[in-house]
Amino acid sequence: MKQQLIVSGLGGQGALTLTRLLAEAAMALGLPVITSETHGMAQRGGTVISMVKVGPFRGPLIPAGEAEVGLFLDPKNLAVHGFYLKPGAAVFVNCGAPGPYLNLDARTLAQQLGAPVVANLILLGYAAAKGGLFCDPELLERVIQGKTPPGFLESNLKAFRLGVAAAA
Amino acid sequence: MEMTLQDERPQQLLMGNEAMGLGIVEAGCTLAASYPGTPASEILASVVAFAKETGAPVHAEWSVNEKVAFEVALANSMTGRRTAVSMKQVGLNVASDPFLRAAYLGVKGGLIVISADDPGPHSSQTEQDSRFFAMFAKVPVLDPASPREAKEMVRQALELSEKYELPVMLRPTTRVCHARQNVPCGPVALKDRPARFEKNPGRWCATPQYLRELHRQLNEKIENIAGEPGFAPLLTAGDGSHPGKCIVSSGVAFAHTWDLLSEMGLLGRVDFYQVTMPYPLNRDFVGRLASGYQQVLVLEETYPVMELQLAAAKVQGRGSKTVPGQGELTPDVLRQVLENFLALPARPPMAAGGGEATRPTLCAGCGHRAAFYAIRETFPNGIFPSDIGCYTLGLNLGAVDTCHCMGAGISQAAGFYHAYAAGGEEVPPIVATIGDSTFFHAGVPALINGVFQQARFILVILDNATTAMTGHQPTPEVGLTAAGEPGTPVFIADLVRACGVRFLRECDPYDLAAFSGILQEAEAYCRSPQGGVAVVIARHPCLLDRDARQAQPSFVMRVTEDCTGCRHCLDDFECPAMSLDEATEQVVVDAVRCIGCGVCVQVCPAGAIAAVAKEPS
Repeated sequence: MKQQLIVSGLGGQGALTLTRLLAEAAMALGLPVITSETHGMAQRGGTVISMVKVGPFRGPLIPAGEAEVGLFLDPKNLAVHGFYLKPGAAVFVNCGAPGPYLNLDARTLAQQLGAPVVANLILLGYAAAKGGLFCDPELLERVIQGKTPPGFLESNLKAFRLGVAAAA
Repeated sequence: MEMTLQDERPQQLLMGNEAMGLGIVEAGCTLAASYPGTPASEILASVVAFAKETGAPVHAEWSVNEKVAFEVALANSMTGRRTAVSMKQVGLNVASDPFLRAAYLGVKGGLIVISADDPGPHSSQTEQDSRFFAMFAKVPVLDPASPREAKEMVRQALELSEKYELPVMLRPTTRVCHARQNVPCGPVALKDRPARFEKNPGRWCATPQYLRELHRQLNEKIENIAGEPGFAPLLTAGDGSHPGKCIVSSGVAFAHTWDLLSEMGLLGRVDFYQVTMPYPLNRDFVGRLASGYQQVLVLEETYPVMELQLAAAKVQGRGSKTVPGQGELTPDVLRQVLENFLALPARPPMAAGGGEATRPTLCAGCGHRAAFYAIRETFPNGIFPSDIGCYTLGLNLGAVDTCHCMGAGISQAAGFYHAYAAGGEEVPPIVATIGDSTFFHAGVPALINGVFQQARFILVILDNATTAMTGHQPTPEVGLTAAGEPGTPVFIADLVRACGVRFLRECDPYDLAAFSGILQEAEAYCRSPQGGVAVVIARHPCLLDRDARQAQPSFVMRVTEDCTGCRHCLDDFECPAMSLDEATEQVVVDAVRCIGCGVCVQVCPAGAIAAVAKEPS
């Protein structure tokens, strides 16, 4: 199994959380995994990107045109990071406007939950249920249960399941 | 040394910095010191976490700066105990004085110096190469390609350090520090070594008469290390289909090249070396390259450190301009280099992103925003030297004119004053800004100098009670140690007074009128006959601290019909929660991003922003 994924967003939207959950899911499957993350000043609301490489890779970066999955927490970033996607990649975007990708207005759904910060988990649930990820929603849910601090678990699980349900 | 992806030991998903932190604890270090800086910040926090988890007795500290961290660490090594000191690459500039001499005098217990480079650069003033610093100091340096190698190299570095009684550098880069990988974890080696300092003035106080001999010994050590078989480059042999050519790489550029060659079907077709110790280069390896190949391609970040040592061979690399002389060696840069070197048909390059990236900004509600807004509004013609931290983002508000290196803002303020005053010109208002942690790090000597040299400027110390940019490490004033235990707090106001400052006020910048009033008072003091440096401490806690945010009143913000769309709040206050609704040409507040600090009410010239107290939820 080999898969290269990008998670694109703005600092503070939870791209790092998704990166980490995906990597833990790969570990749970017994697959080697390497990721790269954006830290430092860009985390203050600037454009950020994380990469997840599942399989026998050595380097943490994905070349242009090689990502098979893209999770976009902000639709503006499609123009910035879209060049990493392979033709035919599975692309999931947090927005209401349809386009040549699968979209879900996770931001509004998160606000309805009263927890705007969980839009990332809603989008993850949606992507996992739509298919195209190297792992299924059941595994990701187990990873969320195992890796989330107790204070956030309930709201994160609720968000993830909401995303899964939205894919049906 | 060969790193395979299979390993039977239990594995954890670890960031490179966490892997090094775990490596430090596993290898039995008893002291770890650091000053936070991206991309190295998480190393020390991981030492604390893993020491707690395993019960290893480690003194871990956020030192006041990197020079101090290095010296504290060095003394622990001098008692025979294993030691780690970590920093970002420009931190090594600060620690360069003790670092260079430590090569001559040597160490006792293993001393690993982790200096994290930032090719790109992503969050640094330069993309300098610490391996050059190691070469300059005559200190061996290891260059990991991944988090798991970084952890393994911590152990190797400490063993090498003890064998030769020499500090050893580990040089990870951002893509190793901030990569996450499944990493095998081993048992913790509890080193039962009591601290024993053996006096030896000829060594530990070495005066010039001893230093030539110490230098000779250092040269001998480096020569022997260049023959250490355990640190010789690793060859992935080709099948002869590219005769006379080889690729030499180190660090994460090796990992990317590996992935690219694999994808291009070229792995095992051309001789491909991984150099794990770029200085000193293995002597036999240098000879083999010179005699065995007609063309050698060197792929390394960020400066041509190996390439220069291979000058005898027919090398191509960053120095020869075969590889771009600056910037990160991403897979997309490397692919073109490999295609040229191996005479392969070029794949059309992919178009890079066309969209505009969103620039970083101070968080909604950040006290620094209020302070910068007031400074710029109070002194529209001022000069604003600043410093390194979140508050460098005061750039966006036009309230930061310089950002050089830690502590430079205060010295520059003094320099600007002397530049204008010595020529008899009218001195513009000069307002320097510096964060609390940066003030402790390198601001204090600059302030003493400014006072003593009779400069006249305003210094605003932006005190948010933490080191925010790098992930909220405590400052000396907070009085918490790296392990979260109570320490002995040192107060900024006491330091300022002790530096000889005669004008000191403290204020929460959220109250813009009061803060501006104090700035005007400070300016009047600077220009008075007995004036000098005026210091204002702008105190507001960082709101990424959940407790601090919950402790302050919160409002629901509303923009009324009186909004004229003048953009003053957008352009000059730059709150990320505000934007212009293009349909109505009025400002709207994003209720998700707004934290309800209420400061913008004071900013609107039309009085069109209203704050309503929130119902307690």
